[in-house]
Amino acid sequence: MEALDVARWQFGIVTVYHFIFVPLTIGLAPLVAVMQTIWTFTGKENWYRLTKFFGKLLLINFAIGVVTGIVQEFQFGMNWSEYSRFVGDVFGAPLAIEGLAAFFVESTFLGLWIFGWDRLPKKIHLACIWAVAVATNASAFFILAANSWMQHPVGAIFNEQTGRAEMVDFGAVLTNNTLVAAYTHTVASAMLVAGTFVAGVAGWLLVRAVRNSDTSLARTVYRPAALLGLVTIVIAGAGVVVSGDYQAKLMYEQQPMKMSSAEALCEGENGADFSLLTIGDLSNSCEGVQHILTLPGVTSYLGTGDFDGYLPGVEDLQTQYEEQYGEGVDYRPNLALTYWSFRLMIGFAAGSAALAVVGLWLLRRGRITDSRWFGRLCLVAIPMPFVAASFGWIFTETGRQPWVVAPNPTGVDLVWMLTADGLSTTVPVGEVLASLLTFTVLYTVLAVVWFTLMRRYAAIGVAPAASGPSSGAKPDDPGGTDGSAESESEPLSFAY
Amino acid sequence: MDLPLLWFAIIAFFWMGYLVLEGFDFGVGMLMRPLSKDDTDRRLVINTIGPVWDGNEVWLIVAGAATFAAFPEWYATMFSGFYLPLLAILAALIIRGVAFEYRGKINDDVWRARWDWAITIGSWVPAVLWGVAFANFVRGVRLDADHQMVSGFFELLSPFALLGGATTALLFALHGAIFISLKTDGQMRERAGRTAAALAGPTLVVAGGFAVWAHSAHAWTWAPVGVAAAALVGVVVATRARREGWAFTLSALTIAAVVVVIFGSLFPNVLPAINDPANSLTIANASSTDYTLTIMTWVAACLTPLILAYQGWTYWVFRKRLTTSAIPAHIGLPRKHPTKDPARS
Ligand code: HDD
Ligand code: HEM
Ligand code: HEM
Repeated sequence: MEALDVARWQFGIVTVYHFIFVPLTIGLAPLVAVMQTIWTFTGKENWYRLTKFFGKLLLINFAIGVVTGIVQEFQFGMNWSEYSRFVGDVFGAPLAIEGLAAFFVESTFLGLWIFGWDRLPKKIHLACIWAVAVATNASAFFILAANSWMQHPVGAIFNEQTGRAEMVDFGAVLTNNTLVAAYTHTVASAMLVAGTFVAGVAGWLLVRAVRNSDTSLARTVYRPAALLGLVTIVIAGAGVVVSGDYQAKLMYEQQPMKMSSAEALCEGENGADFSLLTIGDLSNSCEGVQHILTLPGVTSYLGTGDFDGYLPGVEDLQTQYEEQYGEGVDYRPNLALTYWSFRLMIGFAAGSAALAVVGLWLLRRGRITDSRWFGRLCLVAIPMPFVAASFGWIFTETGRQPWVVAPNPTGVDLVWMLTADGLSTTVPVGEVLASLLTFTVLYTVLAVVWFTLMRRYAAIGVAPAASGPSSGAKPDDPGGTDGSAESESEPLSFAY
Repeated sequence: MDLPLLWFAIIAFFWMGYLVLEGFDFGVGMLMRPLSKDDTDRRLVINTIGPVWDGNEVWLIVAGAATFAAFPEWYATMFSGFYLPLLAILAALIIRGVAFEYRGKINDDVWRARWDWAITIGSWVPAVLWGVAFANFVRGVRLDADHQMVSGFFELLSPFALLGGATTALLFALHGAIFISLKTDGQMRERAGRTAAALAGPTLVVAGGFAVWAHSAHAWTWAPVGVAAAALVGVVVATRARREGWAFTLSALTIAAVVVVIFGSLFPNVLPAINDPANSLTIANASSTDYTLTIMTWVAACLTPLILAYQGWTYWVFRKRLTTSAIPAHIGLPRKHPTKDPARS
């Protein structure tokens, strides 16, 4: 195997893995903050129990997002050192700002939130979880600023002396329209993941509570939580569709090859259909691609805003790119992968949509339900938006290939790089393979542990009412003995 | 203002923050097993760093990302060149991080024992390897004319580098023992204090040897070597006298001074080439443009004081000493999946 392939697999696996957990963190942190806010200002104890319950799940999930993120930070230098040399002047800044502005806040205030339940005044404690929620979303912004720049480089020039891309306009990097679209779409999809998670878990627990004849628990605790999740799904779902549509328009201008690959469109045509099913071989050739079941004009509409708009074919673009960027390179991404990942991203959202429709109907106007069937739908829906988000990334990143920094068709000259040229030159393939294996094994074990813990901690449901806030917070806790010997200290409200 | 030079100093500062703060986290993890008689002891030890370890680790992320932004060539050469040690460090940090969070989640001895190993290994490996890595930075590596690192893996394990590894491991263990004695009360405080007193002497010898060997380039770096040595002597005295606050301040100062020695000896290089000095990566030839560095300087100038303030506040909030009686009963779920639903509330 070639070093390039190993490094690509390594990067893809490690990054997609990171992004399985990240959307839940991004979306669930604000939802837990909302729950705690309601409790703080209304004093309603059911929201306290929900805060604790979903807070625990948030923490189990958070841990994996954090430890896999550290790998991401180091990866660029380890596996893609030539890429790092080329882009560091532009790309490093958002990464460093992400650490300074987001990771510090999020990790420090999360520690305060976890251990601060009986140490901090109530409102300051509440502010801690909001700080975490804002910071995780800020971290998404900065990392996407870096990633969007690779999709659509702006604010940089090519310096012939150093052979590097150099930043000339940081404002342009931060207002890149690709970033605006990607950020909205990613945060909306993260809210979709978290909304589905909350609605699914609470809905399933609601059905169980009703079947156990504990209707008051179902009514007072799980129903409000499920509704919070369902409303989140509706809002986030709309956000995902609107921003996704906008992304497609940008993609048509900025990375037409990716747009055409999303439809596996070989020859240019007006009014390109959106096919729901296609058969063909995986040889990346146009013969044998056969679209069955199509929605007329929809792909053209996605790209151009006109059902009859013109979409160039992959082959046309290949010819055009050869003239522009040189011969001898296959500028087409893996068509089967782009085609299917695009569909699976959109398709898997169906789980959330179904849950929202059915859930809002069954729970309308104060109702609860004992439908076993609904309970099952809840469980089935939970993983779906996770899968959708992963396929979204697989589409975005593989659709950009063979570029690691895609050329900006209307902007800067020479600020582009082929993935093959970004690879570290001095790292032996065996070492990359070692890291591929290490991370794959480690991550597989962690995934099993994560899943077991999430499932079991979700299954126990909220804590009984008696264990509610003993006294809420103790604002005047002196904070300790400052060193004097003491043996009669009260147990902490939380300890590892 | 010479911006690359400023950023060299800022990156040294981030590393200093990282090694001082996560230094005691590593020490706590390394000593968790030997210092504990039972599970409550272990939890006591872990909880001394419970609220802060993640915030401490971000100093590493920021040191890495700042290197990427300010010195792309340095970042690229260093991270690809030290591939295997970094891989080991990353794997260690992964298992260690999840171990803190997951250890108490299942109430079962076997489960906890496994995570305890993750904490132990996850703390020892980086504690040793950071020293190995820094020793190599100081001594220099083989770089070709394109600034690519061509030293093989085993070249990175020279006696000098191994002494570097021993130095950081000892320093962090000492620092951690002092931290535990500062943050606990009762028997654990006693045991940690004794351990710190026992570690202080050997650390002085090994770290002193390393500093003398490492130090070469500039006369002024004798000053931080002197500070480190004096601080370590102070640690020896303070641990014997059980003045924990002083001991901790001085062990932190020692680590900080060692970082100054390391970056001082590097200057004006960021990664010296031993084969041919002309190939060295220097502050000047590895840096980003002034435009990027100006932006970064503004961001760092605005945010770093804030970070120091709220991280400092966290330490203040959790300043209370912990005792075994402060450790609540296990709240983890039982190991076996119960046949009956646990939550029928
Ligand atoms: C729950 C997740 C989810 C769902 C339901 C959708 N997406 Fe998406 N999509 C993502 C999650 C995602 C993502 C993982 O967040 C991506 C990857 C990179 C990015 O910016 O967002 C993405 C990328 C992405 C891109 C690629 C942008 C680029 O490469 O420049 C397009 C064109 C769309 N999406 C369009 C849509 C449309 C039209 C959708 C539905 C009608 C849709 N997405 C649903
Ligand atoms: C700043 C953020 C990112 C950067 C700099 C980046 C960069 C890269 C690079 C250098 C590659 C290697 C080229 C290749 O493997 O083909 C790659 C591939 C890939 N990345 Fe990204 N990526 C980023 C974010 C993400 C995220 C968040 C995901 C998904 C969760 C992702 C998913 C992938 C996938 C699936 C591949 C494999 C593509 C393939 O092999 O064809 N990336 N990316
Ligand atoms: C390949 C590029 C990426 C890098 C270098 C990266 C870096 C990191 C790092 C270092 C952490 C750990 C922070 C800590 O210790 O607290 C982390 C966690 C996280 N990352 Fe990533 N990440 C990448 C991709 C992404 C993407 C695309 C998103 C979101 C859109 C994202 C959002 C998050 C979130 C929400 C967390 C967990 C919570 C947090 O620590 O903020 N990351 N990432």
